[in-house]
Amino acid sequence: MSEFINKESCFGSERNVKIVPNLVDNHFITMKKVGNHNSFSKILFFCLAVMFSFSVSSFAQDAAKGKELFNSNCAACHKLDGNSTGPALRGVVERHDTQWLHKWIKSSSSMIKSGDAAAVKLFEEWNKVVMNDFPALSDEDIDNILAYTSQPKAEPTVVAGGPTSASNSGASGDVNNMVVLGALFVVLVLLVTMLYFVKRVLNKIVEVNGLTPEVRQTTPIWKAFVKNQFLVILSTIVLVLVGSYFAFGFMMQVGVDKGYEPVQPIHFSHKIHAGDNGIDCKYCHSAARSSKTSGIPSLNVCMNCHKSISEFQGDAGTDYGTYTPEFYTAEIQKLYDAVGWDPSAQAYTGEEKPVKWVRIHNLPDFAYYNHSQHVNVAGLECQTCHGPVEEMEIMRQHAPLTMGWCIDCHRTTDVKMENNEYYAKIHEELSKKYGVEKLTVAQMGGLECGKCHY
Amino acid sequence: MASNRKYWKSVEELNDNSSIVETLRNNEFVEEIPTDEFLGDKDTLSSSSTTRRDFLKYVGFSTAAASLAACEGPVVKSIPYVVQPEEIIPGVADYYATTIADGFDFVNVLIKTREGRPIKVENNRLESAYTGANARVHASVLSLYDSLRLKGSKIDGKSASWSDVDAAVKASLKEANEKGGNVVLLTNTMASPSTDKLISEFIAQNPTTKHVIYDAVSSTASLDAYERVYGERALADYDFAEADVIVSVAADFLGDWQAGGYDTAYGQKRIPKNGKMSKHIQLEANMSLTGANADVRVPMTVAEQKMALVKIYNEIVGANVSVGATSRDEAVVKIAKQLKSAGNRGVLVSGLDDVNAQLLVFAINQALGSQAFIPSKPKYVRKGNSAQVAQLIKDMNAGAVHTLIMSGVNPVYTLANSASFVEGLKKVKTSVAFSLKEDETALQTTIAAAAPHYLESWGDVVIKKGHYAVMQPTIRPLFETRQFQESLMVWTGAEGAYYDYLKSVGSSMVSSKSWNKIVHDGIAEFDAVNTVSVAFDHAVAASELAKAKKVDGLELVLYTKTGMGDGQQANNPWLQEFPDPLTRVSWDNYLTMSRVDSEANGFKNYNVANGGLNGSYATVVVNGVTLEKVPVLIQPGQAVGTVGLSFGYGRKAAMKEEMQVGVNAYALYHDFKDVQGANVTVGAGDHEFACVQLQNTLMGRGDIIKETTLEVFNSKDVKEWNIFPMVSLDHQEVRANSVDIWESFDRSIGHHFNLSIDLNACTGCGACVIACHAENNVPVVGKSEIRRSRDMHWLRIDRYYSSEESFIGDVDVKNAASGFTENFNMFKELENPADNPQVAFQPVMCQHCNHAPCETVCPVAATSHGRQGQNHMAYNRCVGTRYCANNCPYKVRRFNWFLYNNNDEFDFNMNDDLGRMVLNPDVNVRSRGVMEKCSMCIQMTQATILKAKNEGRVVGKDEFQTACSAACGSGAMVFGDVNDKTSDVAKLVEEDRMYHLLEHIGTKPNVFYHVKVRNN
Repeated sequence: MSEFINKESCFGSERNVKIVPNLVDNHFITMKKVGNHNSFSKILFFCLAVMFSFSVSSFAQDAAKGKELFNSNCAACHKLDGNSTGPALRGVVERHDTQWLHKWIKSSSSMIKSGDAAAVKLFEEWNKVVMNDFPALSDEDIDNILAYTSQPKAEPTVVAGGPTSASNSGASGDVNNMVVLGALFVVLVLLVTMLYFVKRVLNKIVEVNGLTPEVRQTTPIWKAFVKNQFLVILSTIVLVLVGSYFAFGFMMQVGVDKGYEPVQPIHFSHKIHAGDNGIDCKYCHSAARSSKTSGIPSLNVCMNCHKSISEFQGDAGTDYGTYTPEFYTAEIQKLYDAVGWDPSAQAYTGEEKPVKWVRIHNLPDFAYYNHSQHVNVAGLECQTCHGPVEEMEIMRQHAPLTMGWCIDCHRTTDVKMENNEYYAKIHEELSKKYGVEKLTVAQMGGLECGKCHY
Repeated sequence: MASNRKYWKSVEELNDNSSIVETLRNNEFVEEIPTDEFLGDKDTLSSSSTTRRDFLKYVGFSTAAASLAACEGPVVKSIPYVVQPEEIIPGVADYYATTIADGFDFVNVLIKTREGRPIKVENNRLESAYTGANARVHASVLSLYDSLRLKGSKIDGKSASWSDVDAAVKASLKEANEKGGNVVLLTNTMASPSTDKLISEFIAQNPTTKHVIYDAVSSTASLDAYERVYGERALADYDFAEADVIVSVAADFLGDWQAGGYDTAYGQKRIPKNGKMSKHIQLEANMSLTGANADVRVPMTVAEQKMALVKIYNEIVGANVSVGATSRDEAVVKIAKQLKSAGNRGVLVSGLDDVNAQLLVFAINQALGSQAFIPSKPKYVRKGNSAQVAQLIKDMNAGAVHTLIMSGVNPVYTLANSASFVEGLKKVKTSVAFSLKEDETALQTTIAAAAPHYLESWGDVVIKKGHYAVMQPTIRPLFETRQFQESLMVWTGAEGAYYDYLKSVGSSMVSSKSWNKIVHDGIAEFDAVNTVSVAFDHAVAASELAKAKKVDGLELVLYTKTGMGDGQQANNPWLQEFPDPLTRVSWDNYLTMSRVDSEANGFKNYNVANGGLNGSYATVVVNGVTLEKVPVLIQPGQAVGTVGLSFGYGRKAAMKEEMQVGVNAYALYHDFKDVQGANVTVGAGDHEFACVQLQNTLMGRGDIIKETTLEVFNSKDVKEWNIFPMVSLDHQEVRANSVDIWESFDRSIGHHFNLSIDLNACTGCGACVIACHAENNVPVVGKSEIRRSRDMHWLRIDRYYSSEESFIGDVDVKNAASGFTENFNMFKELENPADNPQVAFQPVMCQHCNHAPCETVCPVAATSHGRQGQNHMAYNRCVGTRYCANNCPYKVRRFNWFLYNNNDEFDFNMNDDLGRMVLNPDVNVRSRGVMEKCSMCIQMTQATILKAKNEGRVVGKDEFQTACSAACGSGAMVFGDVNDKTSDVAKLVEEDRMYHLLEHIGTKPNVFYHVKVRNN
């Protein structure tokens, strides 16, 4: 069957064509570059790690606490690199005196009021947005925060180091196979050559001895086969049966788009959002609770978070594949372009360019499906049908979405009737009728044509 | 076996020398094949760029490409909101309360919107709401998406911005003010307090302004009469729930009389309760919807009606006005006596276009002390003043009008003296027409101002005294439109938006509710002083009326059709395809004529081989105006000596070609009088009607429509008037539905849906037909397809005439006949409806049989039964064998002969992007080659169930609805779960009047009917 499924790619599917070069690329990388790259990156990683640990160690305690404080108090308006509501804070101690900073952080408003020149200048510069006062922060806390802001910027290569080392193990397995196959091939070639020479030698011996080899008059096998009508009929039947089996298999997968993984206008990583950051599916797809569609979130939902997250930093321990932070930051910029957000001015420009997402789950129009029935009433996890979305860098169709797939689930799944007044009576009566403790969806009428087709 | 025998094909072959034989032997075909014509033309062949080989290549390539393309799904794009409005959840419907007030229909409605698109009109079910949305109101949502709407304003036919329009109008007003030129505002009836205020402010600023109100179909007589007696230009209201005897003299109150809306109250009293129901007597010329529902209907000419009214007046008031004899004096006296004995439980209404007649109505009702007569809280739905309109045309022609601003009117189409109006328009310096479309009038004015549809507008409506209603937009304006009110504000230089103005007017009028609550409910009540009558001399009116004389020639009675009304929505395909409840003809208007007159004048109606109905053409001459090619339809019940013709057809401007049907009856509406003397002669040729019902009478089949009289119903046992079919089982007589070859499915658990249809309450208005159209994406197929009986309506309302005076008479005749010849002749006789037949309406949709004949014959199991009683239809499974339709005893299955969407052959709403916006996203759009039918609105029942599940509760009492039951204003259709013993439908199914259609065939339908009881 697999052979036939692969054939689908022959039919010019956009999505499949796009997958193939990636695979090829990977093979080239693994086969040619692996050796050097591996050792080199290890050394590089080691050096950087050592360097980093040195630089970190000098601030060790302070900076760690400072990071925590920074994230809880400052991050809403400030970033280390790049301006947000307030200015970027990396290296702020170089721009201002530490004492002055202490005073400013504790109560910036009073400094402005008292007419401190630097304070007033800063206030004017930043559109007269008053910074919150933090009287609760101790001097030590402020020192810790400042220590954190004084750390040098981490090199992006550190992040990139991860995936290369990770991909090595898989690649070396491939190499081993190739070596074994190559050796086998060589052995085969050797055998063929040997046999050829043996035959030649034997022929020469016959020639030398003056003998003519006896040529037996035999019917060719295909003629014998054609003469045997029984065999012909039998093999025709077998051929037809096998042919229709495969033809049926091929026909049945037409229009089934399991694994459909189109390129989207914005590279949105479900892995980062739902997986790494653990955002609930229904935070963005809120309509799934109440509507037939789960809803593609409108861009204002993205902006709830992305108003303050304008660049991708990533976590040191996480694997982002071949994607660089710059790539992700550029994707966030695409969101800003679409929604009309100017991150430097921190304001909407009003120029909106709606995003044309490529729809992945294309249920035919003649099938009615309602998310709220499954998500809210039945309490299914989204992953039941959509697969491990939290691990998908690029969203793809996990389930075949065929009728058989729906029906199979309806046959085996019990109705979740707990704490739902609606089911109380009908469930009691029906379960008595069928003599079961729990009813499946099918027993409730979930296999009836008209429940989904109207 | 070889044989040397020779066979001859003809005698000629025997002759060896025959040249014919020789020729035949050489030529395969007797006649020459025109190959030379094709191949001999060397020039064409050689100049063709496609060689034979290329041609084959193209064929091969396109076949391969097509089959390959079929294997791959298209890439579908989804575009979410950038900023999603809070109240919208994609996939969940929102409802907004609003009010339609287009000058003809005035109803409080709810609008269902999906993703911001209005897709359906529902009744506003609040206690004090003004309900009774008719077919036109239900179809009005489609008129919003009319692709031929005026998409932006135009000056002298060229597109112009609103600022250009404002500049032009302001300059013209300024000039009028300076030179003392007259300004006229010509509007339809708006019944809007805020607009009235705006107009008065406009007049204050432009003192030379006059406001003229113009109704296309005039109610001037009623308005004048009311004004004379009650001192206000309005219409007396009636509450038929308070009447035991209703006498109507030509008032089509179930149709468009006084903008309708009386179905609910009327329907309540038509269902027999405790042995009582109202008695309805109708005197009329045309067979109207109201007349069809009457217990006693007396057809008479208009002149006779007037005399009859005087006779009734004499009887009730005790006066003695001398009046001539009518042909039905005996009946009239009986009616008068019945009305008098009903006392204050009786009421008389009249639609006679005569001030004196209307004055007598007041006198009679006052004398009766009628409780149903409510003149103190009048309706404001008609305000037009014909005299002022006539004066305006004179002024225009005299050059005395400088600026003319029109809104909601189309006088060039609706005026009888339209030519003179157009002439006058040329003498008006600036003329502005606020119009939805570039209609006949907008084409003639200097400025065509694009007006929004009512679903895009703000507004307020006082339908009747003390009843305030809000019109709110349910979608952003689709085009560059601006409301008339907004424009008035711009031209008077008023501050702010019309919405704020409206809010301040509304808040000051209504104190019982906050503004937000008013907008939410759509309605509010406010305190208003009752109107009281002044003394008037009705004796004079009576003696004036008694002088009524018959007009010359045939009496032409102009009327409005249920489907088309005054013709505003003539470009609405749903309404064009809506079969008239009485004639069952769609896509046409026609001259209705009695059988006697047609025979006397040589007009014919006949059916042709394909079932289509043909009718002769007539040439109608009224007052020197000739209308050619008016098709004649023989209408049982039409008063002899009268003919009827409906308004609203014959429009040409801004209309799709297929919809330019019928003749314009307004051309004959001389002097705004709906009765004209007409000279009718036979024209050349025959007209092809698109009539959906071939059989006119019931042929004595009393098991389809069961009928009885109130007397029998009250006095006899149920077995006598609701006869159940019996069969013999083990030599015992048992009810047919208790015997079955099928094993029954236990439906006592869960929901079991049933639909109850009360033939007593059903008026045949057809609101359900259009509601079904809108809810279920039913396609429009066009006139020629309808003629071929390929209509797609899932719900039809059968109309039956009786052959004798009554249906029961038919049954008696049928039972009395014996022997072949007698039977043969009897059935032939029964095919002809009586001259004044009884009429019965019967809505028929899929009966959702528990033992459905269609399900057993489907070779692919595309139609199957659900536990909840619905007969399911899986379109994607259907292969179109049509076995099911052949096996359906009710003939309710519809086959998609063609692809009706995205097909230029069917250029209706589903053929353009705008028109498709009305489609219900929860229901499939069916394709060519599949069978479809009523689903008992399974999408609605499923949605109700899901709502309950989501909220974790049981489904509420009577929460289940279908599109038809929700649209039914008269209470005839009740839908629900019979397993819920508290529901209305569970009680209805137990009633004595309940019966199933064709019960003897044992289909066990889930739709049931109630025996019609007549109070005669």
